[in-house]
Amino acid sequence: MFRSHVMVCGGTGCTSSGSDRIAEAFEKEIAACGLENEVKVVRTGCFGLCALGPIVVIYPEASFYSMVKAEDVAEIVSEHLLKGRPVTRLLYDETVAADNTVKSLDETAFYKKQKRIALRNCGVINPENIDEYIAFDGYQALGKVLTEMTPEQVIQTILDSGLRGRGGAGFPTGLKWKFAAGNKADQKYVCCNADEGDPGAFMDRSILEGDPHVVIEAMAIAAYAIGASQGYVYVRAEYPIAVHRLQVAISQAREYGLLGKDIFGTGFDFDLDVKLGAGAFVCGEETALMTSIEGKRGEPRPRPPFPAVKGLFGKPTILNNVETYANVPQIILNGADWFASMGTEKSKGTKVFALGGKIKNTGLVEIPMGTTLRTIVEEIGGGIPNGKKFKAAQTGGPSGGCIPASLIDTPIDYDNLIAIGSMMGSGGLIVMDEDTCMVDIAKFFLEFTVDESCGKCTPCRVGTKRLLELLTKITDGKGTMEDLARIEELADFIKSNSLCGLGQTAPNPVLSTLRYFRDEYLEHIQNKRCPAGVCKSLLQYRIDPQKCRGCTLCSRVCPAGAISGSVKNPHVIDTSKCVKCGACMEKCKFGAISKG
Amino acid sequence: MKSLQELAAIRDRMKQTVSTREAAHDSVRVVVGMATCGIAAGARPVLNAFTEEVARRELHDVLVTQTGCIGICQYEPVVEVFMPGKEKVTYVKMTPEKAVRVVGEHLVGGTPVAEYTIGGATR
Repeated sequence: MFRSHVMVCGGTGCTSSGSDRIAEAFEKEIAACGLENEVKVVRTGCFGLCALGPIVVIYPEASFYSMVKAEDVAEIVSEHLLKGRPVTRLLYDETVAADNTVKSLDETAFYKKQKRIALRNCGVINPENIDEYIAFDGYQALGKVLTEMTPEQVIQTILDSGLRGRGGAGFPTGLKWKFAAGNKADQKYVCCNADEGDPGAFMDRSILEGDPHVVIEAMAIAAYAIGASQGYVYVRAEYPIAVHRLQVAISQAREYGLLGKDIFGTGFDFDLDVKLGAGAFVCGEETALMTSIEGKRGEPRPRPPFPAVKGLFGKPTILNNVETYANVPQIILNGADWFASMGTEKSKGTKVFALGGKIKNTGLVEIPMGTTLRTIVEEIGGGIPNGKKFKAAQTGGPSGGCIPASLIDTPIDYDNLIAIGSMMGSGGLIVMDEDTCMVDIAKFFLEFTVDESCGKCTPCRVGTKRLLELLTKITDGKGTMEDLARIEELADFIKSNSLCGLGQTAPNPVLSTLRYFRDEYLEHIQNKRCPAGVCKSLLQYRIDPQKCRGCTLCSRVCPAGAISGSVKNPHVIDTSKCVKCGACMEKCKFGAISKG
Repeated sequence: MKSLQELAAIRDRMKQTVSTREAAHDSVRVVVGMATCGIAAGARPVLNAFTEEVARRELHDVLVTQTGCIGICQYEPVVEVFMPGKEKVTYVKMTPEKAVRVVGEHLVGGTPVAEYTIGGATR
């Protein structure tokens, strides 16, 4: 019996900042102190507060150590684990009160307003130990479904819960299952979309890394509901930790008979295989994903027929996203009413967001639908660093749009986001401050879609490329008002004529920045100025001769040799040589250099 | 595994292991003094005896934890028991055997073992 558990985050973020070495150091130090039979070291999934990684949480006190280094481990073991004195210096500062007492994590701004359903086991269990998943009611929902419920009752429960697809479009999950269940076939398939591709989104990866069994259990439930016996998880090959843990989980589930023939002795058969995606964004689109599982080139095809009628290998198929599945066992165990009691009228439950960009607490948060952007950014996210002002947040990645500061009090749900010209997408939320150029952001996302367009249909293949050229013209200072009109026309054309979701949503970042930040586009076109000071072609660095003391520092750091002047005399920048790297401005001690 | 009973058996067996991570805010806290004085006087076997006895009796809402020096070093090992809504009980000169009795009579039965408390022992 272990009296204390040391939970070391083994998510991708903390692993890349050395959490494996930290876990090893704990094991070594604990053994050196003779505590190996009293203290257990557990590698977990993501705790969510990635900005403060590597994270270590020690139970039973639930002490939250942040930014742990391998060198700190000896002190934590000898002080905290041996002598019972938490090392407050190394704890997350928000958990340490003024009188040096340690507060609960639930009282910190980051965790206080969160409601963890999909992420409930992340950071709590060892994802490579099926027994720990079972300890937290794992596979109870599958047992309940197989022994007490008919497939129709399962579908009705999911319908009543109001669960909608967490991968982007927000289609009601129960309805999808109902369609597939209604189609007779000798074979049906259940698929999981873990081809998470939006820049900045990593909730699906974190769920697979932190709680892989929840996906297996939910897929088995879905298979029972629609009458399938085989499932596939399509996951990106770029997620090695997630793939490994999922494979470990599948083999453990098979060993326990929770996958395979005659599960729980009920005669229900279900097995699961992992298919690795080779890294094409378009394979996150459902028809392209299934084509790729079939072993063909991942290209979308027109719908209908929808996958529920004719999907994988031509058979009725359902495809849900990782986060969607992660909600299913909890809905079965706690009931549809419980789930439907959270969220807004048409968006029930919670949503996981990946907070990134210009925000203090980057990481993963799970909040009830209908939470305002202000709560997410200012309270949970801890605000914008360096005293900058909030300008906009981008949701939905390259398919989404931006929410300007004026709409910061919008309750976030599927329909509100659509109404303001953005979309939920998979839940990436990138915060931008006043130093962000909105034309440049639109260009960034469009560059991504141009790269990732599969090329099958012309509006997307050629249209996005032309759109990008028009935007580049504007950021280069060569844009005209006619270009602006052309952008709008082309964007509408691409939206309405592309074959799949990739093309249909590709112009969204352009359209939404045009809608809320048209003045910035006009500044670029009419005054050849980038108000945020980002677009290099429109920038000019200048030295104010009144402020310059002639210290020569700027001329020494200039990599292009563009600054000239003699000691104690004002210096001058030769704009024809200047590469606009900003090194001079950063180094100037007198604030004499400005850009604009 | 072919039955829900087998699943339930695994869950129950594991529950005690993971309950360390689920400490409820209103739980009973058993705090063992683990400063140098406490450790030297034998606090570690006392702490382990509490942990094991609490686990054996499946007391899910009891949190066994440690603290530093309370300042009464001559009475170590010292153990404090905090129950919600009740006054703190301080046990002194504890042993693993005494710990087992405290779990049975105090944590389960609700009656502090008066002769082990600081009041009882110093009288």
